[in-house]
Amino acid sequence: MTQPVLSVRNLEVEFVTRRATLRAINGVSFDIARGEVLGVVGESGAGKSVTGLAVIGLIDPPGRISAGEIELSGTRIDHLPPEQIRRIRGKRIGMIFQDPLTSLNPLYRIGDQIVETIRTHTNLTETAARKRAIDLLAEVGIPAPEKRIDGYPHEFSGGMRQRVVIALAICAEPELIIADEPTTALDVSVQAQIIALIKRLGRDHGTAVMLVTHDMGVIAETCDRVAVMYSGRIAEIGPVQEVVRNPLHPYAKGLMGAIPTLAGEDKRLVQIPGSMPRLSAIPPGCPFNPRCAFVFDRCRVDRPEPIRQGTQAVACHLFDPVKETAA
Amino acid sequence: MLAFTLRRMLQAIGVMLAVGVIAFSMFRFAGDPVNQIVSIDTSAAERASIRQSLGLDDPVLVQFARYFIDAVQFKFGVSYQFRLPVSSLLMERLPATLELAICATLFAMVAGILMGVYSALRRDTVLAKLFQAVSLIGISLPTFLIGILLIYLFAVTLGWLPSFGRGEVVKLGWWTTGLLTVSGLKALIMPAITLGLFQMTLIMRLVRAEMLEVLRTDYIRFARARGLTTRAIHFGHALKNTLVPVITVAGLQFGSVIAFSIITETVFQWPGMGLLFVQAVQNVDIPIMAAYLLMVSLIFVTINLVVDILYTVVDPRLRSTVGRAS
Amino acid sequence: MSDAVVPHRNQDSAQGARVGAGWFRRALDSDIFYSFRRSKLTVVAAVITALFFLLAIFASWLAVQNPFDPAQLQLLNSRISPLWTADGQSPFLLGTDEQGRDVFSAILYGLRISLAVGLAGVVFAGALGIGLGLIAGYFGGAVDGVIMRIADVQLTFPAILIALLINGVAKSLLGNKLDETSTLGVLVIAIGLSFWVQYARTVRGSVMVEKNKDYVAAAQLIGLPAPKIMLRHVLPNTMGPILVIATINLALAIITEATLSFLGAGMPDTMPSLGTLIRIGNNYLFAGEWWIVAFPGIALAGLILSINLLGDWLRDALNPKLR
Repeated sequence: MTQPVLSVRNLEVEFVTRRATLRAINGVSFDIARGEVLGVVGESGAGKSVTGLAVIGLIDPPGRISAGEIELSGTRIDHLPPEQIRRIRGKRIGMIFQDPLTSLNPLYRIGDQIVETIRTHTNLTETAARKRAIDLLAEVGIPAPEKRIDGYPHEFSGGMRQRVVIALAICAEPELIIADEPTTALDVSVQAQIIALIKRLGRDHGTAVMLVTHDMGVIAETCDRVAVMYSGRIAEIGPVQEVVRNPLHPYAKGLMGAIPTLAGEDKRLVQIPGSMPRLSAIPPGCPFNPRCAFVFDRCRVDRPEPIRQGTQAVACHLFDPVKETAA
Repeated sequence: MLAFTLRRMLQAIGVMLAVGVIAFSMFRFAGDPVNQIVSIDTSAAERASIRQSLGLDDPVLVQFARYFIDAVQFKFGVSYQFRLPVSSLLMERLPATLELAICATLFAMVAGILMGVYSALRRDTVLAKLFQAVSLIGISLPTFLIGILLIYLFAVTLGWLPSFGRGEVVKLGWWTTGLLTVSGLKALIMPAITLGLFQMTLIMRLVRAEMLEVLRTDYIRFARARGLTTRAIHFGHALKNTLVPVITVAGLQFGSVIAFSIITETVFQWPGMGLLFVQAVQNVDIPIMAAYLLMVSLIFVTINLVVDILYTVVDPRLRSTVGRAS
Repeated sequence: MSDAVVPHRNQDSAQGARVGAGWFRRALDSDIFYSFRRSKLTVVAAVITALFFLLAIFASWLAVQNPFDPAQLQLLNSRISPLWTADGQSPFLLGTDEQGRDVFSAILYGLRISLAVGLAGVVFAGALGIGLGLIAGYFGGAVDGVIMRIADVQLTFPAILIALLINGVAKSLLGNKLDETSTLGVLVIAIGLSFWVQYARTVRGSVMVEKNKDYVAAAQLIGLPAPKIMLRHVLPNTMGPILVIATINLALAIITEATLSFLGAGMPDTMPSLGTLIRIGNNYLFAGEWWIVAFPGIALAGLILSINLLGDWLRDALNPKLR
């Protein structure tokens, strides 16, 4: 088996506040292979974005990675000194944030921002970097790039700005792209274009992509595999067709029920009752137990570990062959 | 752009007109101008003829128009105490005040920006906390106390610097400058620091707050995600975005510096417009008070106008929206 | 079990509305007291501020003489240095000035004037500002335009300049009728007129925001008059910021009064405030009689510094963004 580009093992992220230490990520493990797109899905606050930020080393105090390992192509990167992780950011891992309107510095021309990034990570000269910047803009689908390169961010539309952001993320040919809700802030019509662009770039360059979103439609369309997160844990992970067609975890079942389909017109969309617990009030045992339709005693005391089910893995006691022992 | 500039200029003229009304009302209604000119034993007939000659019997609107036309030509009447034209008194003292204000502003900006950037980036160091303490003291100590303290230290105790006056000045046409002589420069140090200290603390706090704010923005987070060096992020991206509002405020504050020089000039007996104004208030010399108000307002309004226009040059976003509007 | 969680959301939003009304309860929330206890400097500042207020209130019991009463001043006792120096004389703890005025007593009485003028000025400015802000925000349109235009223009001018002008005009209008008591009034008016803008802006801002909220429309639908709704909801919401502005403005008002008096446009020598004392003392600095200016100066600086520290703390504590 080839080595995964990104390998996360038992990751824990904590935020230390005055009242308590909140665990935003609790024992998350997953791999992303070369050219693979992993979707990370879940409600707001499930820990999707924090996972992405942890990988790229941007968890700021009072947050910190308190346990676990992150490996990029076989090298551990979670405990590197700041200067070394900085050299990895932008060069080996590219990141795309949610809001293209605020991701670019309004006072700098977009060309200057791209050239600056290229020159930080390569030895290219100013002119060579500028030429590459024009090529990049062309690659992400910006018309007349040699003209637009001298524009300021406010002169671009939201979709175009997100393309510029993507160009910035890929300008040093990274092995991994983390896209944190890249389409949430965009018009529906533009969303599909941006998703297609990210997918194409991943395929063309063999880049691994971690796509964070709360949009199951985007996941189903784009990803090879999907991880469903709930309360800082992975509830279920597996190939996207399996998880969408045959979700195992009760929460994943609920999520999939929330995707509108043309075929299923006769069915009502399923709604999951209640809301995700706040970080300060995660119940013991399985965090989903207060909302789960299949809850039984063990769920309220015992935290479920991921259990392999074919190509999927699911953190739910329903799939434990020895259901009742620990309770 | 042109429409924007014109609109701003119209606003500025509106403000000046309003201030003009206030200045005129002070001039005309705060005390009887005749009483200031005549002595107690002047006969009623003489008073009446003086009234007549001053045009005080004309309708108020006519008087205001006359005052306004005179003011536009920098004619502000005659000072009650000096019996000299107010405009020549002010012009004679303008260079001293401007030199002091400019030096104080430069000092405030350089020191304030350096200290502000440092205390934003190294928030928890001893030096940053010291700067914070200094800034609190700078805001808390009244200007005149700082001046007195400096005089006691450097003039009375150490005898290094002169405690009053402008030192030797050189005449350049109608302008007088203290910047070309040693005694002039020495005399400038303490007043400039005293006057600039408050602005310095203001700028320092503003730079610190703005910088911290900017460092939290998405584009700084994205810049970090792109792997830019800390140096490039702090001094390229963050500082540039910080300085836009800071320079605006510093520019706008220049007017206040001139007004605040009233206090500094009094402490150091600096022969500028502020000292003249304080003496005018003490001696109820209304023509000088009214003229000073108009002068300072003019400076304020001009600065506001210039800063507004400059702002659009610095910030590309404004430039294009303004361009589109016009 | 899962059903029980659903209404929880609604409960949350209802709570939000309730907290908005109960600013006082929020002010007493543990976060505030936590930050108060945590900041030793703030506690010290609070104690010093309280001390200054007590000194001012009990000035007549603590002072060895009434410095405003010329009959009690004896030239024989002039220019005595502080008690602990070689030439010190009892009962003049901090020495005397050239009129034989006990510096300590003069500071106590001066403090009283400085605080009284400051407080009265802040109350006047606050009442004026809140009133104009409510009017501007509620009526909007031309009324709002005129009030806020004046505010804009005035805000560009330093308060001290405005106060000086008002003072000069008052002097000119009143002439010889201007005695100590009316000077106090003129100072309060000058300070009040110089500092109203901030209150007006804050109040107007919240009125504008609240005016368009659904609950106002809803309350109007069930027949509650709009002004009543505004007063019940808007004013409590702005109490926090107004308290911060008032605290910081108290320091500013005291500085302004002191500055006016120092410039000779405030309290006269016969009824000196701290600023007047500093102006008088400044004349004797070169003669080596430092105590006449130093102690009033220290008192003024300490007072303003403590109030500013309190104001700073209050601002940070009431600002949820900084927590």
